[in-house]
Amino acid sequence: MFSTATPKHWPWIIAFGVAYTLLTLVVENSYYQLIMSNVLVWAVVGLAWNLLSGYSGLISFGHAAFFGLGAYFVVLAQITWGLSPWFGIPIAGLLGGLAGIVVGLPTFRLRGHYFALAMLAYPLALLYVFEWRGYQEVAIPMMREAPGAFMQFDDRRVYIFIGLAFALLVMTLTRHLERSRYGMALMAIKQDETAAEASGINTPAWKLRAIALSGSIAAAIGGFYAVIQLIVTPLSVFGVLVSAQALIIAMFGGVGTLWGPIIGAVTLVPLSAWLDAELSDVMPGIQGVVYGVAIIGVILLAPEGVFWKIRDVLSRRRLTRQSAVVAAPDVEDAASDRFRIDGKHGHELLLEVRKLSKTFGGLKAVDQVSLDVRRGEILGIIGPNGAGKTTLFNLMNGLIAADEGEVVFLGERIDGKRPNRVCAAGIGRTFQVVKPFNRMSIADNVIIGAYVHTESLDDARETARDALAVVGLTDDALELAGSASNRNLRLMEIARALATRPQLLLLDEAFAGLTAAETGELMALFRKLSTLGITLVIIEHTMKAMVQLVDRFVVLDHGSVLTSGAPNEVTQDPAVIEAYLGKKWLKRA
Amino acid sequence: MSAAQHAENFLQLLTAGILTGVIYGLMCVGLSMIFGIMRVINFAQGEFMMLGMYFAWYCFGFLAGLSFFPELLAPYVAALAAGPLVFLLGLLVHKTLVSQVTGTSSSALDSEGHYAQLILTLGISLVLANGGQVLFGSAPVSISTPLSSTSWMIGPLAGDDILIFVNQGQSIAAVIAIGVVVLFAVLMARSRLGRSLRAAADNPEAAIYMGIDVDRAYRIAFGLGIGITAIGGGLLASSNPFQPHIGIEYVIVMYAGVVLGGLGSLSGAFFGGLIIGLVQQLSPLILPTQLQNTSIFVCFLVIVLLKPEGLFGKVARRA
Repeated sequence: MFSTATPKHWPWIIAFGVAYTLLTLVVENSYYQLIMSNVLVWAVVGLAWNLLSGYSGLISFGHAAFFGLGAYFVVLAQITWGLSPWFGIPIAGLLGGLAGIVVGLPTFRLRGHYFALAMLAYPLALLYVFEWRGYQEVAIPMMREAPGAFMQFDDRRVYIFIGLAFALLVMTLTRHLERSRYGMALMAIKQDETAAEASGINTPAWKLRAIALSGSIAAAIGGFYAVIQLIVTPLSVFGVLVSAQALIIAMFGGVGTLWGPIIGAVTLVPLSAWLDAELSDVMPGIQGVVYGVAIIGVILLAPEGVFWKIRDVLSRRRLTRQSAVVAAPDVEDAASDRFRIDGKHGHELLLEVRKLSKTFGGLKAVDQVSLDVRRGEILGIIGPNGAGKTTLFNLMNGLIAADEGEVVFLGERIDGKRPNRVCAAGIGRTFQVVKPFNRMSIADNVIIGAYVHTESLDDARETARDALAVVGLTDDALELAGSASNRNLRLMEIARALATRPQLLLLDEAFAGLTAAETGELMALFRKLSTLGITLVIIEHTMKAMVQLVDRFVVLDHGSVLTSGAPNEVTQDPAVIEAYLGKKWLKRA
Repeated sequence: MSAAQHAENFLQLLTAGILTGVIYGLMCVGLSMIFGIMRVINFAQGEFMMLGMYFAWYCFGFLAGLSFFPELLAPYVAALAAGPLVFLLGLLVHKTLVSQVTGTSSSALDSEGHYAQLILTLGISLVLANGGQVLFGSAPVSISTPLSSTSWMIGPLAGDDILIFVNQGQSIAAVIAIGVVVLFAVLMARSRLGRSLRAAADNPEAAIYMGIDVDRAYRIAFGLGIGITAIGGGLLASSNPFQPHIGIEYVIVMYAGVVLGGLGSLSGAFFGGLIIGLVQQLSPLILPTQLQNTSIFVCFLVIVLLKPEGLFGKVARRA
């Protein structure tokens, strides 16, 4: 095992199913039976919300839109076409997935609270539309001839079993996705979208998949909810409380976990139902108060939810045991073979930048820059602060779009492509300020990069292991990125970029904040990468290191190329000394 | 309908739009104040507005019982009185809850801090709306005065064809709303308090070094923000029936206005609110009346999707 060990979920999922089944067989009171089926409904709604918002961090305030569409579809389809819920619910699922894409396409352009608020507007807008169309209160028609064929049962326990099957299915799906590419991609997006994109994750596509899946599950369970409630009103399925409940149940239990929504639903649904039954005469609306208080308490006391709180307490004890899992393969040479770029050191033209320009407001950050990068070389880009170095990198890997000019990589234009495409094409990069996925281990950070060229987790793990071996981080692989040292983060970022199997690496201020010894270590690593045939472009201020390392310099000043050439030529150039190095350099040299 | 009837209809709705829009503008200024200074998205703003409505309602009931108090003034005095009451409540809510996830203590939280605020205020909103139902009951109430059903008549214009009715109660409410906005703008621009609030908004860290108590500034901003919105609610209450769950609809109305005006700009928020009022009131020209609020939600979505920096905003910021 290489990646962080995860607790086994299967026995727990099975235990949950068995326990719930036994409880169902024992309980005879029909009111309790209704509560038991509602627990499952809200658990699934919470799981659906979690699949999008819990993992990706894009908080949705509007899951009622999907839930309500599903509920109304199932009821109206039975009334209009006599369609049985057995078929209606799966179709509602498809519809919900479609709705997810329709909502996601425009709304994902927004971030943070704009996204949350925009999501709120969808169910509210739908609520009024359904009221206007005269669907204030729609009941499912009773089918006395063939009740079973229309999911109508006298014994309410059947509903619990259907709900349980539904919940177990979604739990299994979540469990599967959590440790797959899906979970990794969304978690990376949650922690740093830019870094995720630059590590080869197609962020818009993953977000769309997530909202389609999440919307689909929410709509299907909404349909089932209509079947057990028999009556649908706009407020009961599109109301704010529905969206809020989805969010609160997941957040109360624990965001981004399989068990969070289950814990939330099992605790909050019966609690609010019980209070509602006891107090609704004197205190109507007590249900909403319960959810409100629950979420306020969670945010103030355990912002990540009950599950994480418990796990943090438990894992503090277990931490020492975990680090024993690391394998330490002393096979660095074999590892580096994976990243070797075959032959062709004939100084072939690898990357061509032609008249690239970018203006921010009135400032010409990059102005008509042209430069060539030849295969196998180490190119240093230097220049004073604000010369446009980082902007040039951002233009080259697609983080920002150029106003004019072209970037050609291996004969193909890459300007205008998204960073994940550029990354897949063979250009990896690191950042001036390191962008780790803080809540993941160093190994998982690198696995994210490795997924660019593989579908399978095992392949990704192997690639990541080799990348870590090359940079020399094998021993620290299980360290949490959030608590890693600057040196380890710099190395991790290089390993993450290396895991994407790049031909060209863009390294932005790789030595920033490192000690002299660490700088030396990194220089040795860069030389090693160069011998593997990987081409390096480095932005750096530490001239002393750079002069020893690079084959060629390009000097930028005020957004344009001042000069370029071999280190000894460039450092003698009066214009460079004037603009950047300063008179002192001359004396020293 | 003849052309004159169309014109009359339009002018009538336009008048209603301006009168409502001005009050929306006031409410938006309150919300924008909180965002502009604290960078906090307050989801519970609509519920504080609802509280303002009920405070005004109780004040009105009290004032109406006093024989010496002029009846015509009662609803407006009640609305204005709701402001300070909700302001005090705001100080309390900020101190006990909101400050835990905002301000100087959470500046390191970054984006996760924003979510904490959003979700905390969602919780507050649920507690207030549903708690309001427990306290006030769910039957709609309204503050009705003789003025609410009296109108001035403009016209006949264009040769007897066009007659416009201007509701007197709403007009007085609108004038008061403008008065409060102007007063508030002067307070922000001229007073020592206003300056320290702006400093805390501009650069909290620098403000701390300048000896400004930033957490106190945030607390006052939060109180003022919801207090102003509560006055707006109180003014609205004299022409619209309301119930404890009314807040959620207005939270979208307010955000639509604030985003339209550009998040963080106070004058932008006022005009944003005015435009939203116009959109809402004019929408029956092309849509069924029941979809008035849907028109606002759609309008809101269009604004955030196409022009998230707002019409008057200087800073384009999506995060």
